Amino acid sequence: MQHHTLSCCGGVRPSLPPPPLSFRWSKIKREGGRRLPRCARIAAQLELKPPPYSLSSLEPHMSRETLEYHWGRHHRAHVASLNNLIAGTDLDGMGLDEIVVVSYNKGNPLPLFVHAAQVWNHDFFWQSIKPGGGGRPSGRLMELIERDFGSFDRMLEEFKRAALTQFGSGWAWLVYKANRLDVGNAVNPCPSEKGNKLVVLKSPNAVNPIVWDYSPLLAIDVWEHAYYLDYENRRADYVSIFLEKLVSWEVVSDRLDVAIERAAERAREDETRRQEDDAAVTHSEAVEMYLDSDTDDSEAE
Amino acid sequence: MAMALPLAYASSVVHPFEAGRLSFSTKATKHKKQIYQFRNVTKVLAYYGLTNPPYKLDALEPYMSRRTLELHWGNIHRGYSDSLNKQLANSPLYGCTMEELIKTTFNNGNPLPEYNNAAEVWNHDFFWESMQPNGGRLPWGGVLDQIEKDFGSFSNFRDEFVHSAMMLFGSGWVWLVLKTNERRLLIVRTSNALCPLVWGDIPIISLDMWEHAYYLDYKDDVSKYVNNFMDHLISWHSATTRMVRAEAFVNLGEPKIPVA
Repeated sequence: MQHHTLSCCGGVRPSLPPPPLSFRWSKIKREGGRRLPRCARIAAQLELKPPPYSLSSLEPHMSRETLEYHWGRHHRAHVASLNNLIAGTDLDGMGLDEIVVVSYNKGNPLPLFVHAAQVWNHDFFWQSIKPGGGGRPSGRLMELIERDFGSFDRMLEEFKRAALTQFGSGWAWLVYKANRLDVGNAVNPCPSEKGNKLVVLKSPNAVNPIVWDYSPLLAIDVWEHAYYLDYENRRADYVSIFLEKLVSWEVVSDRLDVAIERAAERAREDETRRQEDDAAVTHSEAVEMYLDSDTDDSEAE
Repeated sequence: MAMALPLAYASSVVHPFEAGRLSFSTKATKHKKQIYQFRNVTKVLAYYGLTNPPYKLDALEPYMSRRTLELHWGNIHRGYSDSLNKQLANSPLYGCTMEELIKTTFNNGNPLPEYNNAAEVWNHDFFWESMQPNGGRLPWGGVLDQIEKDFGSFSNFRDEFVHSAMMLFGSGWVWLVLKTNERRLLIVRTSNALCPLVWGDIPIISLDMWEHAYYLDYKDDVSKYVNNFMDHLISWHSATTRMVRAEAFVNLGEPKIPVA
């Protein structure tokens, strides 16, 4: 069921408690290309998604109080600020991923970037953990971990080191990195799935790896508010417990599948585009060499 | 140019000769003949000691709890100091005063690995001294005059300070600095461990906006923390002392040239 809000003159309605399993709804209605007058525009509002478990179910590793503040106040405040800042702008109605990438503005972020990214990061973080988590992954995820880090324990070591050496506030990530550049003429001459790797990295404040076109698989919040109530300043204990008792390797595995599929699809698109470009090039050469060509083929073949 | 620092500022730098004397009182009896070789035989170390805040850890209750200070000073500040000493153990950056060390390791914006630890040790020393039990309220005398001159009124300054603290995203500090070039007071917000000393400015008051400074007491209510700091903790005594020192380096007024 979709809800729409009538946003009169850019006003923001206070957020109601979200229904369980709520999803983002968004569409700015337009009539025949003409924008509706401002007062009658139907605007989309991003919602605060609840974690897929109750706030006390992660005890004793992450207390109910922490979740009440971390999700209930910090995360909620970012959602509210984001909605305030995008109301009435072009970003209103876009999906959250898009808002994050656009507002990052290639390293010169807009003011709303911190809110958009923190909403994204926290959604991602709540999904990454579960009651009774921990253990070891299996299947393709474990294979790739062993291929790219040597062993599961080595990957954990590197993840812990990233989380502990992130100075100040920030996040540590396990990402799937496709071997491609976001530059028009940079072409990978031998694209293969083997060139894509799992990588551990850390980012400051609100930055997250989707702005670099990576596919995040796992995140840990190392802002102090994430662990100070439960662990005080012992970040190392928090990170260890996170990895041993909270991480949901199933979710990470699913994300890996999605990431691999996405990378494969983009590789296929790149390939088709390259073939088209090649065809265009050879065709234009042909036109140049044979001056009196009869055929009138379009170069955009 | 090293500033002459009152004892309250400098983390104790143990003079090489003193350290030697402390540690080889037993060796002196054994190796009388090798008196000239003492300095070679004994390993001499300078280190940066952790200074105590100038009040007991529970003196700032209820605005900053004892537990916060136990963790903030006892674990975090101490941790920075230990890490710094470990890093400098075999380093060419030996025997500097804290301020020199910070400026050197800042390296004009390309900080060396020791910078974070050095700056955070200094920042926290400065922060403890920027607060006092029964603090807050209004400054007086020269500090008040300068604030009124540069901000219009004390309440303007207070609002600006609180606003600046609320606007900080992530970890960092809010400072009242005396800008040496502009010769005026200014409120400055810095991230992580950045300290206005690196620009040659003179800090007068600082507020730690890292979450570990307030999370146990205020959780996410940053506004209450900052307001309590302004109303009950800020030490205008320290600010006055620092301004007086600063005036030795920055000319804040018109010189009083006597007319013949």
